[in-house]
Amino acid sequence: MRLINRKPSRATAFFLGMAPFVAAIVAYAVASHYRRLDNPADKLLPSLPDMAAAFSRMAFTPDRRSGDLLLWMDTFDSLERLAAGMGVAVVLALSLGILIGFIPNARSSLAPFIATFSLIPPITILPILFIIFGLGELSKIMLIVVGTAPVMIRSVAQSVMEIPRELIIKAETLGASVWQMMVRVVLPQILPKLITAIRLGLVPAWIFLISAEAIASTSGLGYRIFLVRRYLAMDVILPYVVWITLLAFILDRLLLMASRRAFPWHHLQGESL
Amino acid sequence: MSTQPKVSVRNVAKIYDGTVVLERLDLDIAAGALCTIVGASGCGKSTFLRMLLSQEVPSRGEILIDGEKLPPEPTPDRGIVFQRYSVFPHLTVEENLMLSAEFDAAPLTGRLFGSKRAAARDAVTETLERIGLAQARKRYPTQLSGGMQQRLAIAQALLKKPKILLLDEPFGALDPGIRADMQELLIELWKELSMTIFMVTHDIHEAFKLGTRVLVFDKIRHDPDAPDRWGATITYDLPLDRAGVQTIPDAGALFALKNTTRGDVPHA
Repeated sequence: MRLINRKPSRATAFFLGMAPFVAAIVAYAVASHYRRLDNPADKLLPSLPDMAAAFSRMAFTPDRRSGDLLLWMDTFDSLERLAAGMGVAVVLALSLGILIGFIPNARSSLAPFIATFSLIPPITILPILFIIFGLGELSKIMLIVVGTAPVMIRSVAQSVMEIPRELIIKAETLGASVWQMMVRVVLPQILPKLITAIRLGLVPAWIFLISAEAIASTSGLGYRIFLVRRYLAMDVILPYVVWITLLAFILDRLLLMASRRAFPWHHLQGESL
Repeated sequence: MSTQPKVSVRNVAKIYDGTVVLERLDLDIAAGALCTIVGASGCGKSTFLRMLLSQEVPSRGEILIDGEKLPPEPTPDRGIVFQRYSVFPHLTVEENLMLSAEFDAAPLTGRLFGSKRAAARDAVTETLERIGLAQARKRYPTQLSGGMQQRLAIAQALLKKPKILLLDEPFGALDPGIRADMQELLIELWKELSMTIFMVTHDIHEAFKLGTRVLVFDKIRHDPDAPDRWGATITYDLPLDRAGVQTIPDAGALFALKNTTRGDVPHA
């Protein structure tokens, strides 16, 4: 049988999917083992048990100076910033995106500006944000907003414009006002696509969150890994990177699950990633 | 005709970027007519329907309904059923049917709650049974067959009690058996509600089976050096007596006739 027609069974698919992860961990363990044979105090590739110990210390042993459980405090602070930034971005994306996608005059006036704005590399705005909003929470949240909102606005506007014209005309012949069409036809149709936009927006959002925390912060996941970098504490950095990845993965899956549950009609039309 | 026609089309033409799609359309349609529109693809029959809907504006001439100019945008007095995308995919069958009542009753939210919602749901039950979708009322359109979706689309368009119903190849994507059932349903509804119906179809048998008046659109003037110069117009306008439906001309003969007259001066 040709390769393109061979489909793995569920179990095979699972093992195939796991294989690269296992291979990476094994490769790391071997490399770490041989490095530590040369130098038992090696900091570059700490052993897996060392990393587990460091991670559990961060998670379950209160910090000697502040008495905080650092991992949970960092996680909470970072997620709070992420949620605030994404929340603002979502509100902007929905309001401006629907206006641009649905009202031709609003499109003419706003679309070129948003398109231009979205081309500014967000990180170049960071110094401006620090100057305007200071080094506190607001400038970090604003960086996430600036980095994600323009793309999300454009993505929502595009989804609105992709709604078949027939449906809008049908709503008109059923006597709907512009506002009624927005809340009963446009909004519900784009909500599943908004969730997709959020899932895609979370990728840059994490980048800007970690960057802002690395540059000016006193807490957060990004602050922590850049702080311990000074001591070459790979045993903390590597588990933190895995932890951040896990958080991002869980957020993404939760959004997908929420979309499947809330918009069954959308997911009936064919499977998406 | 002594009574005022329901729809008057006065010397209408439609031109896109120098391409003449339709020209010299002149006709009066009496109230209660079931007017079927046939023609080759690309001959502008759907464009004509879109102009009746105000989705597009004639480049020349004017269209009158009851002696008044068409409003510049689609309004509830003209219902529409498209071949596809006619029902809202994010609403269940019964929600699709309740929507127009909700638009009427709730200007701000477009949504009814509690007892009013229950009342609106009861109000569509009869319609659901009539179109055979009572069992499927909680399903989404993508879970319905093509025929069921179009029944829903027709029922939804009729809830507003439009004076004119426009159908753009409504049964084009359906199996022949289903299509015959749908044609019967349409005839029943038309007799019951005494509407004026315009129906675009590419099936000439369907046009003669359903119509009280058949309009054939075709391009009769050709300039080989300027193919865009002339547009299609109505080449045949055949009023059919319902009683005389048996005397449907043979479609093959009709097209043969048309081919011999191609290029001649139009008689319509």
